[in-house]
Amino acid sequence: MVKKIFAKVFIYFMLLLMYAPIILLIIFSFVDFDYIDFRQLFNGDVINLNLYKELFTGEDGEVVVQAFKNTLLIAIVSAIVSTILGTFAAIGMFYSKKRMRKLYELGGQIPILNPEIITALSLTILFVFVGIQFNFFTLLIGHVVLTIPFVVLSILPKLKQMDNNIYEAALDLGAKPSKALRSIIIPQILPGILSGFILAVTLSLDDYIITAFTRNNSFVTLSTYVYGVTSKRGAIPPTLRALTAIIVVVTLIVLLVINFTSGKKDNKRGKRI
Amino acid sequence: MSKIKFQRKFLAIPYGIFLVLFVVIPMVLIVVYAFSKTDPVTNKTTFSFENLTTFFSNSYNLHTFLISLAIGLGNTIICLLIGYPIAFILAKKEYKFNYIIVLLFVMPMWINFVLRTAATRDLLFTLGLSGGDHPYISTMIGMVYNYLPFTILPLYTTMLKMDRSLIEASMDLGANKVQTFTKTIIPMTFPGIVSAASMVFMPTMSSYVISDVMGERQISLIGNIIQLYFDQGLWNLGSFVALILLTIILVFMVATRNMEKEDNVRGGLW
Repeated sequence: MVKKIFAKVFIYFMLLLMYAPIILLIIFSFVDFDYIDFRQLFNGDVINLNLYKELFTGEDGEVVVQAFKNTLLIAIVSAIVSTILGTFAAIGMFYSKKRMRKLYELGGQIPILNPEIITALSLTILFVFVGIQFNFFTLLIGHVVLTIPFVVLSILPKLKQMDNNIYEAALDLGAKPSKALRSIIIPQILPGILSGFILAVTLSLDDYIITAFTRNNSFVTLSTYVYGVTSKRGAIPPTLRALTAIIVVVTLIVLLVINFTSGKKDNKRGKRI
Repeated sequence: MSKIKFQRKFLAIPYGIFLVLFVVIPMVLIVVYAFSKTDPVTNKTTFSFENLTTFFSNSYNLHTFLISLAIGLGNTIICLLIGYPIAFILAKKEYKFNYIIVLLFVMPMWINFVLRTAATRDLLFTLGLSGGDHPYISTMIGMVYNYLPFTILPLYTTMLKMDRSLIEASMDLGANKVQTFTKTIIPMTFPGIVSAASMVFMPTMSSYVISDVMGERQISLIGNIIQLYFDQGLWNLGSFVALILLTIILVFMVATRNMEKEDNVRGGLW
């Protein structure tokens, strides 16, 4: 019994530690000082919503919001491309001969095993070698390379669980392959496709190095913006604290909704993560 | 009627082309660039070992390399020491809401990691630990904080599949707790340990963001060197450093090849 309580306390304490920096940002999103310092909290009436106002109306906020939009744009576009290409890839790989499949798997393992900086540098060298200007397209390729192997890996297990005979039956009954693909295979592997998509968005949102190497310098994302300021000992731009608070609240709501709508009936999927 | 009958395996062809163009060819280019130099006057590229000698004759580079190794190893060990018990507890069947807790450990990823790292720096600062005064301590804390989730996930996945009755069997047969741990639990979870280590060690060595932000640019890692060469457009030297990292990865892969064969732990993660 004591052991169990100790285990629980340990887990929740570690979780609290993991979230401490984010909680700090949220607390100080209601305090509009330029930098974060606990002593400010004891100076009387410091709590206000100024940073939120600044985020949506101020000049400083405009830069942050633009960076946030860019981050979301590249994350969603690259995740869509990765998911479409990755879904076809997974289906194709599943029905390829073993040797071919091994080759695809090996190729996909390279970006997974490589540290991001090697992927980033190798792509940069390719673009310089071919003579392409860095633009949204090069950034997109960088993010697709980063995310697509993970999309393929989350779909392949679903294909293995699938009942293969239904596709054959659909063809025998006169369906075109494209129709059979759409209405037989895709629905069966949909959970894998969805988790692949979410994973792709997550990886892209979290990325810095590949973005920094393959972007055009005029394209500012949250990570490049924050690195630019904080790596020179600068404070986190204050309006970002308000933005972080908003992102955390929205994410929590989404997680809760997902958990209460799908978590209960489909326990297996939960176990896999 | 089209002459070529549709086969499902054709669907993977675009992916194959993509991989060749943007993964395989860039890797080949790294090797080519690492062993060549471009004459600035005639713009001619020739085979050369100049990058190798330039890199190793610079004592600053060697120093950076050793520090990166030390920080990488240290971070891997600390992450395993903290992450192993967490994963072990979470993988027990009696915890009903484990899945949510595991997700909670991953969710900070939705806040970009540069921002998270900067927030960690501010938290340590407001608690009295400044990166400027203690660059190594704060960098290590930043590293552990950032890579802990990557340690927990592969360990958690391996431990879910682990046969826990073997632990009881070991105890029943007279092994004490330490023996059970070293002879039963560790071997059963070894693939997870290898996978976790590979997800922490290399990225720690080669990342430069955490050390820049947490250590206020007082610590240089391998990643800093590559980034510096990138900024100066010195592709050949940058490629050579990348090749060193690639060699280490290859050695690690060959050494652990047999351990992960059964099932791809990392792939099953998600």
